[in-house]
Amino acid sequence: MGPGIDSRDYVQAFIFLIGALVFLLVPLGLALLFRPNQPGGLKHTTYECGEEPIGSAWFRHPIQYYLIALVFIVFDVEAIFILPWAVQARALIREGLGLFAFTEMTIFAGILLLGWYYALRKGALEWLK
Amino acid sequence: MERGPIESLVHRLFAGLYGIPVLGWLIPIVLVLGMVALAALVLIWLERKVSGHIQSRRGPLHNGPHGLLQTVWDALKLLVKEDIVPSSADRLIMLMAPFVVFTPAVLVYVVMPFGKGWTVANLNIGLLWVVSVLSLGPVGIILGGWGSHNKWSLLGGMRSAAQLISYEIPSVLALGAIVMMAGTMSMDGLVAAQDQYEFVLTPPGLIAFVVYLVTALAELNRNPFDLPEAESELVAGFVTEYSGFKFAIFFLAEFANLLALSMITVTVFLGGWQPPSVLFFLPDSAQLPGVFWFAIKTTVMVFVFQWIKWTLPRLRIDQMLNVCWKGLIPITLGNLALACVWLLLTEKSWAR
Repeated sequence: MGPGIDSRDYVQAFIFLIGALVFLLVPLGLALLFRPNQPGGLKHTTYECGEEPIGSAWFRHPIQYYLIALVFIVFDVEAIFILPWAVQARALIREGLGLFAFTEMTIFAGILLLGWYYALRKGALEWLK
Repeated sequence: MERGPIESLVHRLFAGLYGIPVLGWLIPIVLVLGMVALAALVLIWLERKVSGHIQSRRGPLHNGPHGLLQTVWDALKLLVKEDIVPSSADRLIMLMAPFVVFTPAVLVYVVMPFGKGWTVANLNIGLLWVVSVLSLGPVGIILGGWGSHNKWSLLGGMRSAAQLISYEIPSVLALGAIVMMAGTMSMDGLVAAQDQYEFVLTPPGLIAFVVYLVTALAELNRNPFDLPEAESELVAGFVTEYSGFKFAIFFLAEFANLLALSMITVTVFLGGWQPPSVLFFLPDSAQLPGVFWFAIKTTVMVFVFQWIKWTLPRLRIDQMLNVCWKGLIPITLGNLALACVWLLLTEKSWAR
């Protein structure tokens, strides 16, 4: 296949999506016919190894999880920008533009590493003790 | 030539009914789903056998020869189990979670090159498709953890989120070095770029391979990265409140992912369906069909993943994050620079 986009390929992907959902719905539907259904009693309580649950499980979380997620977004966007460059890297070297491509990516990755170092020094990547 | 009515219908289903190749579109999904279901049955049995032998015991033994039917009976048992949902849980979110976890594991196979010309859809963004689709799985895990309204589940879900988003970055950067060498993101193109030697035999390819192996373990929630479902800490992590077939779907998805990541590793680093280049002295090896080599390599990779899982102990969460943010990310960024040097060295036009 050439560089063009064949929309039929994405229809195929969509069919995979539908197929996967149907594949799960069939056994779940079958289970409805076979499985016992006797609600009531203690089995609907939250499982905490036999203890009575104290408070809701929807509580506030350590800020650490959110910091990781924020740093992740920066790096993930960057990864998306690196991939198109990586596809063209060999072609650029062939055309004699290797130095240009390399400098460009060095600047880009350099800014990124600076941000990484900042997050590191600020302790965003340290787990709370 | 005269065709009977059935024969002509079959012909039209293939060639296109009102311009829609119905069978051409349905056969791949049926084959892939069949493969995933069968592979999950076999791999769960294999996992238990491998773990048994690594831990000096035997694993499943009584149902069928060498316990081969164990998983089948397990699946049937889960099918007839009562579906218990805690009264305080968010029912809709809890029902959605298994679907969101399983669907990405199937979507990955759209771009998988099983053999020569055996790709369902050779998207030109193949590798990006793989990465982006696989990153949807954690959403389902978080949904399951949140919807269960259980502290074990929620902690498992949150840990999983932290782990998977962290390890996605070195994973993409490691693949970036390979994309640089191949000059394409299409999965068929990646295999074609390895017709002389596999990428794992090049210096940047080897580093990328090792890093990708570590991130794949993290994405599969396997030891040493099995914090999201750490049995000895979190009961069963995000699946604590699940029962019946919804519980089974999580394991179906886990093993579909194991197979998918093994296949991706084989395609990207180990030459895909081509015979291994180290066997160049065997001229007949090229005569075997590509699917054969692909299956052999995938089986080996699956075994390697299981071997690692049952050999290593679990990391703590801060260690897990340190390995990624302070170890793997600088390594992979350096590896991109190494790949630049490697490209300059291998590119013949550099001489002029």
